[in-house]
Amino acid sequence: MDAITTDNLTKRFGNLTAVDGLTLSVAPGELFGLVGSDGAGKTTTMRMLTGIMDPTEGSARVMGRHTVREAEPLKEEIGYMSQRFGLYPDLTVLENLHFYADIYGLPRRGRDEKIGLLLSFSNLTPFGKRLAGNLSGGMKQKLGLACALIHTPKVLFLDEPTNGVDPVSRRDFWRILYQLLREGVTVFVATAYLDEADRCNRVGLIHRGKLLACDTPDNLRGLMDGTILEVRTPDPRRAALLLRERLEGESVGIFGDRLHVVTRDAEETGRAIKAIMEGAGVTVQSIRPVEPSLEDVLVSVLSGEATR
Amino acid sequence: MKLQRVAAVARKEFIHVFRDPRSLGMGIAIPMLLLFLFGYALTLDVDRVPLMVWDQSATPESRDFISRFAGSRYFTLAGRVGTYREIEIAIDRRDVLMALVIPTDFARKLRTGAQAPVQLILDGSDSNTATIALGYAEAATSAWSRDVILEQSRRFGPVPAAGIVDVRPRVWFNTDMVSRNYIFPGLIAVIMMVIAALLTSLTVAREWETGTMEQLITTPLRGAELIAGKLIPYFAIGILDLVLSVLVGDFFFDIPLRGSLWLLFAMSLIFLTCALAFGLLISIVTKNQRLASQIAMVTTMLPAFLLSGFIFPIENMPPPIQAVTHIITARYFVTILRDIYLKGVGLGVLAPEAAFLAVFGVVVLALAVKKFRKKVE
Repeated sequence: MDAITTDNLTKRFGNLTAVDGLTLSVAPGELFGLVGSDGAGKTTTMRMLTGIMDPTEGSARVMGRHTVREAEPLKEEIGYMSQRFGLYPDLTVLENLHFYADIYGLPRRGRDEKIGLLLSFSNLTPFGKRLAGNLSGGMKQKLGLACALIHTPKVLFLDEPTNGVDPVSRRDFWRILYQLLREGVTVFVATAYLDEADRCNRVGLIHRGKLLACDTPDNLRGLMDGTILEVRTPDPRRAALLLRERLEGESVGIFGDRLHVVTRDAEETGRAIKAIMEGAGVTVQSIRPVEPSLEDVLVSVLSGEATR
Repeated sequence: MKLQRVAAVARKEFIHVFRDPRSLGMGIAIPMLLLFLFGYALTLDVDRVPLMVWDQSATPESRDFISRFAGSRYFTLAGRVGTYREIEIAIDRRDVLMALVIPTDFARKLRTGAQAPVQLILDGSDSNTATIALGYAEAATSAWSRDVILEQSRRFGPVPAAGIVDVRPRVWFNTDMVSRNYIFPGLIAVIMMVIAALLTSLTVAREWETGTMEQLITTPLRGAELIAGKLIPYFAIGILDLVLSVLVGDFFFDIPLRGSLWLLFAMSLIFLTCALAFGLLISIVTKNQRLASQIAMVTTMLPAFLLSGFIFPIENMPPPIQAVTHIITARYFVTILRDIYLKGVGLGVLAPEAAFLAVFGVVVLALAVKKFRKKVE
């Protein structure tokens, strides 16, 4: 049995279709990433899967439970961390944990051990008596995760958990997620960061409510038509303008201090780039083919979607 | 309903209240402030009416008549004048409320047994006070007249065949007819209504606004458990307010409590349930703190002040408005508190009011549970 299955899951708000015919399944113990930009429909999907929003059409099951008809039993089995910090800022770290332990009906016996474990696991042990509102962004997210894990859920839903979190805390956070995977928890994470999507077992690319692609990160890279040429130059902005104007039919993207040009014929295009840039007096430091990142895939799939 | 979850919500709400000085202040300091403010300032008693006299007669009779006013605790003699102009100025300046003009022929007419008219000029701009002052003046005058008649008949002839009807009033319950004794119990009701509804109107809305509700509704917590847990701390605050109010009434204002203290508390518990559940219902329906507190203000404060019979007697209202007062919960609690405080009545008399409040409370609670949905819109 799959941990999560959705069938034509759709949510409309008036004229706006936030989630449009989403059909996917997530195997038990899988780390699934729902990737898309802001407003793509990630949060709406999360809310429907956790039983706090009814779909307009279609249905979903989590651990075999129907998300509308069996919403309450479903809630015993899942943990959810909303995008906005959902804990009480005027309660301490420990008070928040004990509150959720009571809500989930955790017995007194073994509770302190469980809370101690979660605190040390998330490096929050020294902050037990601190008010949650006074924690840093990263610590808040780790506390949110700890509260969502207090009842040992079978499926964990995380809505952009590392948004606005510093890189060190982000690494901590992912370390915890891998630990959970080893314990057999299914993790469904929504993120706008493509480097995080790369860490997932499988990734669903969502855009304007539609699932564009759903596969392992490696297979998604295979979706790319052609290869990527990485162009290094001291003036990437000017170079990008130039190449977009002169190179016919190729997509040019800026990635930090370098350009990515997607092409079917690497050699031919490479020569053309060199000629164009040198002709305009822009220095070319290097041109070489590289492995496509998920970001390249997303850009390529989205531009394909746009022209279609 | 799982007790563990209700207790968890209650504990967390207590922490919210204790760590937020504003809500603690609103729950305890403001009711006490209102109690003292209204207890001292709001009095409907009219006494020591400032009186001005123009004695044109200047005779032993006129002086005796004036002394009847000056010697009463209802009047104070603010001065003597010799023209209407002076009276007018004094009334304009609000130095006096009333002026007594005794004509030159006052004593002569009395001695011949004729009617002796005197003029009483009143500042009618505050009609309520003027009416009461007029009543005092009439009473003082007729008492003095009666004494004069008795005196004369004793001196000049046989006692008149027909006796004079002599009313001996005997006031029950609020024996001294101090209006504070009447206002204070109503004041407790009004304050409890407003505070209880206002405090709870924020609690659920706040959780929707800050985003903590989205986390909470993904847990197995039931609506009834959340509502029960949220009511408990505010129940405690309400009871604390009630105890403080009764103590303030006893120690500062000498309000006599004739009835049973236990009955008072039992009735208050029923009323608190109504008021708290009503505030919670508003919070659940609006999901917005500002809107909720405004609705709570308008639907509790105004009716509690104006339509509960707290200050304005319901009997004097036009029939359609009287009909409306029947759905104002504060009305019943004002009646209950007054009856327990001043008359000392028992449950036998108060049963209809108590039953109405109990039914209202249960209906509102049931509505609150029904309206609370564990869904994001």
